[in-house]
This record gives sequence, C-alpha cells and structure tokens, in this order.
Amino acid sequence: MTTATLETPIPTKPAKQKVMLVEGNEAAALGVALARPDMVAVYPITPQSSLVEHVAKLIADGKMDADIVDAEGEHSVLSVLQGGALAGARTYTATCGPGLAFMFEPYFRTSGMRLPIVMSIVTRDGITPQSVWGGHQDAMTVREVGWVQVYCETVQEVLDTTIMAFKIAEHHDVMLPVNVCLDGNYLSYGTSRVELPNQEDVDAFMGAKDVNWHVALDPLRPMAVDPLTGGSGGKGPSTFVRYRKGQCRGMQNSLRVIEEVHAEWAQRFGRSFAPLVEEYRLDGADYAIMTLGSMTGAAKDAIDEARDAGKKVGLIKIKTFSPFPVEALLKSLNKIQALGVVDRSVGFRWNCGPMYQETMGVLYRLGRHIPSMSFIGGLAGADITTGHFHRVIEATEKLLSSPAPIEPVWLNEKD
Amino acid sequence: MYEVRFHGRGGQGAVTAAAMLAAALLEEGKYAVSIPSFGFERRGAPVVSFLRCSDREIRQLTNIYTPDCLICVDPTLAKSVDIFAGLKPGGTLVQATHRPLEEVAIADTVGTVGLCDAIGIALQIFKKPITNTLMLGAFARTTGIVSLDALKRSLEDSDFRDAGLRQNMDALERGYNETTVHTIERRVAA
Repeated sequence: MTTATLETPIPTKPAKQKVMLVEGNEAAALGVALARPDMVAVYPITPQSSLVEHVAKLIADGKMDADIVDAEGEHSVLSVLQGGALAGARTYTATCGPGLAFMFEPYFRTSGMRLPIVMSIVTRDGITPQSVWGGHQDAMTVREVGWVQVYCETVQEVLDTTIMAFKIAEHHDVMLPVNVCLDGNYLSYGTSRVELPNQEDVDAFMGAKDVNWHVALDPLRPMAVDPLTGGSGGKGPSTFVRYRKGQCRGMQNSLRVIEEVHAEWAQRFGRSFAPLVEEYRLDGADYAIMTLGSMTGAAKDAIDEARDAGKKVGLIKIKTFSPFPVEALLKSLNKIQALGVVDRSVGFRWNCGPMYQETMGVLYRLGRHIPSMSFIGGLAGADITTGHFHRVIEATEKLLSSPAPIEPVWLNEKD
Repeated sequence: MYEVRFHGRGGQGAVTAAAMLAAALLEEGKYAVSIPSFGFERRGAPVVSFLRCSDREIRQLTNIYTPDCLICVDPTLAKSVDIFAGLKPGGTLVQATHRPLEEVAIADTVGTVGLCDAIGIALQIFKKPITNTLMLGAFARTTGIVSLDALKRSLEDSDFRDAGLRQNMDALERGYNETTVHTIERRVAA
C-alpha cells in the first residue's frame, strides 16, 4: 500500500490568475477540467445540462484529457463511474432532482465501496408538483447515504470547491464520494467574475494521483470487491459493522480534511472560504440567522442593513452539511441567544426545514436553551431577497422576548 | 449598485445581451453579475434577464425588482407585459422602436428615454429582427454606464464567427450612433 504523495511546497505568494466571466455551471466544468479526471460519465438534466455540455466541449476541444461516457441514464452514469473508480480512475459526474433519484441504487453503493467519486448536484426541487427549478430538496433527500456534501455560495466558490472536492474525496483518511452542491438557477446560471487558477498551480495543489490503492480491478492483484456480508451468522454481523463504522469514521475524518484542504487552497490561491461553518458579523450579536448556499449573499446584505439600523444580528452559514459540523456549529451557537434557520427545502416529517431539524440536535448539545425557529423559502426557483431576510431577522429578534412559534414560516407564501 | 432589467422575447438574445454587458463592465474593472429568468424559454415568448453592476463585489444572487434601467429589445412587448413594474423614480428606459417619443407609452417613473429603431436596423444588417447588440449600443449611448469600446472588446472575446462578429460590431456601432436620448420633464405633484 502506498500512502506517500508528491506535494510541491506551498509558494509564499498566491499565484496570478486569469479573470473570466462565467456562469456557475461553466465554473464547475472549468474546475473539473483543472482537477484532471480520467473519466466522466454524463446524462443531461435541467438545470445541470449546461454543466455537462461545458465538460463535453472542454473534452471535444482537447482542453481536458478524459474519457467521456454518454450513458443512457443516471443509473448507468454512476455504475460506469464505479467501474472506472475501481480501476483507479479519477471520476466525475453531475446530476440533480429526478436524475439523482434514478441514480439512487448505485449512489448508495458508491459510499459503501468507499469510491472517491466527485459529483456536482445542481440542486433542484422535488417533483411533484411538476417543476424544473432550483431548491435543495434533491440533495437533502439523500443526506443520509454517506456522501460528503458541501454547498457553495458564489460562482467562484463553485470553481474552487469542485477542485478541492477531489482532494478531499481521495484523502486516505476519507475515501468517500463528495457532492458539490450548487443552487440550480441562481448559481448555475448566474454569471459572475471568477479568477481561474493556472493548471500548473492546481497540479501542484493536487499532488500525485493516487486513487487506486484500497480496492482495484487489477489482474495482477485479484481480489473480491463488495462481497456478500451481514446476516446473523458467522462473521456477518461484525463484518457489516466494521464496514459501517469505517464509513462513519471516514465521514468524521472528512471534517478535519475539509479544513486542511481549504487552508492549503487559501495559501496557494489567496482565496479563503469557511470550510465547515462561516460566521458573518456574529461577534457582538444577540441573535443570528442561519443560511445555506447561494441565498447567503442576499442574507449578508440584509445583515449589513440591519446592523446599520442598530439591530444586533449576525449570520451563520453552513458550507459542509454532510457530515454535519457539530463541533464547529456549537462554537457559533455559543455566541448567541436566539436563532432563525432558513431552509430551501422541506422536512416533511418534522414540519420544518431539514437544516433546522439537524440544528435542533446540535442545540441539545449546547447545554442551555436558546429559542429557535424554522423558515422555508426559495422552493422551486422562488427568490429569497433581502426583503425576505429582513422578515427573518425581525421574527428571530422577537424570539428574545416572546415564545417561539412551532410552525415554520413559509417565506414565499404570499409572493 | 446599478441594476438593469432586460425585456425581450425568446430568440432575441436578451439573456445573451445581459451576459455581454456584464463582460464589458468587467473589462472596465467593475463587478457585474447577470441572472437570466427561468422558464420554458420559447421563441417569441416574453423573457427577462437581470444585470447588477457595482464598484464593489456583488453578493446577492437574486432577481431585480426595482431596476435603475429597463432595456426593452422588442417594440411590441410593452403591450403585453408591464415592463415598468418597480422602476426607480427618474429611471431610464432604453426602448427598441421606430416611433417618435410622443407615440411611446411611458410610465411616470421614467426620467430618461433612449429610442432606437433596432428592428429596422437589424433587418438591414442581419435580415432578421435580432436586436440585442444594437440595444447594448443604445444603452451605452443613453446611460454612459459602459463605454462603446468596452462593449466592442467584449464582442471580440465572445464566440461569434468572423461574419457574425462583423455584423454585430456594425450593430453595436449603429445602435450607439442612431439612438436619440430624451430627458422627460417631470410634472411636479400637487
């Protein structure tokens, strides 16, 4: 087993980079190309389509040296990539919504086999009612399947995080598939200025490629992959537990690795993103709102306006949603007295947003009671504007003096 | 922050125009973000797209509800869509039309109007009513927010083939030169 990677020393000054104007989907494709995957498999679906079109064009134009498989559906896309990953290839795909649903069987198998596949989810709301627009429902629905899931706020963060995702996934202490989630519509089609790292600098950041070390389709080293296990007899139960505990350990390790990889990225490229949890104007805040993904930009503008108006409010943004960053979030929650959580998807079982539900578990660990409430907005392409966030801020402020409502607030109910 | 809302019909290039304008603003060292509206875009159906520009980084990735400027690349659209919704008082309208100012319906909020017979010129240049680059020229002339030079450089960097590039350069220049700009005298409210 080889574990050494050939890292080049980190330069003292961030590298110079080309400035471009691209949509989020193109930024993801450019990030993929810079990470030099050996193999991609694709099936287009709105709002992911332009992402895989950009990937296909980069390959057709000779700007990306990867095999591309135009599969007949998403189930095949991920199955084909599993074969590629088992043969030692760096692999990539992207999907969303119904495509992710159709992919579910191999999606579960990918994390169980510890295959470091990177897949963008260009998030889309769930059907039905029929809708082709953005929302986090698809990614939230599969949050319990053992993939690392990170959410991006800006087009630049999409580009940078897509590259970092390969390094996180392939880290020997992680060896798990990673979803880079970018909001369908506002982020996938939002066109904005980005800085494009040089290939040589990304190569230096990535180090020597070392994907194929724990399992391998290798005639010289025959082994059984994914054998039948479990059941109630023999070594079945203990073997199965060992697999599951290994996955959980990989997930917990990823929290550290995500931080390390983000820190190295900041040193090499001069762009710093909070790896797990971002605090914005949280110091000196009595209460906070919590966000995920591209909604955060408008939320930060609203926080600035509220602060100018004398309100003591701050913001907590989650970047790494799976594994849920419990310790990092505890530190942030310790600073405040009340919390409003804004979700872009629905938690049907608890009648609240899924991120709110996860956060309630962390609030229990806090050891003191802080009132909190759930807001749901931006479903199926609906907008969450600074105006919506001012309503969130006002309602959360009221928690300091009056009882918290049990029902969630649906932000676009009267739009 | 300066906010622009493009109105057009599917196929006229309103979404592309917003992206080209963003690229030109980037050329001039400004920050710009463009966002298309989302729908089942069909040729002929009303579409909108949005553009924000600023000297500072732009954080909000949302639609635009109170624009500083409207660019309407289609002369008949205002009959079926309330293009003036949310326009800031004293805002700007850049309108494709062959009609004189007196015959153009204008909301009370409009302070400056740029008029350009974009369809007529497009039919001469492209033999098709594609008005988006013309109207970018008209926007530059009306507002001065972006320079004609920056728009030209943005076009040169885009994916147009040689003949298409020459035609669009011509369209940009004629849009700029053949736009009339009017300042609307506001009646003072009693």
